[in-house]
Amino acid sequence: MKQVFIIILLIIIGYFLANTFVEIPFGGNRIGNVESNETVAGYYLSNTAKKTGVANVITAIVVNYRGLDTLGEVTVLFLATTGLASILYRRKEEEEDTERLNLPSSRIMRSGVRVLFPAIVLLGIYVFIHGHLTPGGGFQGGTIVATGFLLMLISYKGFNTDHNRMVWIESLAGLSFVGIGIWGLLSGNTFLENTTNIGVVNSLISGGLIPIIYIVVGFKVAVELTGILDILLKIKPKK
Amino acid sequence: MIFIILLIVMAVLLLAAAIYSIVNRDLLFAVMGTGIVSVILSLFFYLLQAPDVALTEAAMGIALTTIIFIITIRNTTRDENEIIDKEEEMKMKTDKES
Repeated sequence: MKQVFIIILLIIIGYFLANTFVEIPFGGNRIGNVESNETVAGYYLSNTAKKTGVANVITAIVVNYRGLDTLGEVTVLFLATTGLASILYRRKEEEEDTERLNLPSSRIMRSGVRVLFPAIVLLGIYVFIHGHLTPGGGFQGGTIVATGFLLMLISYKGFNTDHNRMVWIESLAGLSFVGIGIWGLLSGNTFLENTTNIGVVNSLISGGLIPIIYIVVGFKVAVELTGILDILLKIKPKK
Repeated sequence: MIFIILLIVMAVLLLAAAIYSIVNRDLLFAVMGTGIVSVILSLFFYLLQAPDVALTEAAMGIALTTIIFIITIRNTTRDENEIIDKEEEMKMKTDKES
């Protein structure tokens, strides 16, 4: 009975999805004429570099045109971290032993990680500082930094993250994102409006507030994901 | 032409890895299957000129999702049959009670 119900539900969903996708022609040029601004994609491609001074169009859309959306995304990540921490903190109190690992990792792993860790963190920082020039940005760069910290956490027993400092970095990053948004309101424009001098396209200091916002997002994402991994690795396995 | 052949080979590999991770009863190998799916998907995004999405997929899908699944397996169980047995046991119990 349950399976029949599931199959009927899937058929209904499939029917409406197919109805939607049948309308869209396969292949073909959907961006439209870049010069004439007929489509949204054409507008973004032809005007982003002129109006925002950002070479990477995706960054301009994510941080500037859809900036409020990104703020929501960052909030979702923050709430997920807080929820996970509050659930697992109680478990931590119940069990006295919060040892991270049962077995020490091998010498090859430790030596390799010691070489790789600075390189991975540097790559992550590069990705979010150059978010407005090259592919990537705050979310990707932050995740790469968190991956580096993950390697350190699983290979060294003595490596611990400073919880107080992480909370401070996270709060400051979130507050400065909102602060930059309110700065736009205070200067007489809309929320998250790019008010400062946009500079020369393709140089490191360009795009006004966009690189600053992405650097802030990068710090926030890196700290949050490192915190999640730290919490998860400290759970004691049940035997 | 070579590009299209490459894409087709990658798509076949993607499907094979996905089916492997569904069918496999050893959950650690299943997680490795999803990791391979992420690797190929990331390559797909890169070849289809979406480097931003490729970076996200590479960092999130390959590294973080896999490690979170592995931590979960470490804390629960590695064998899927065990989980199914436990579920059936629970079902039997509830059936008896009702």
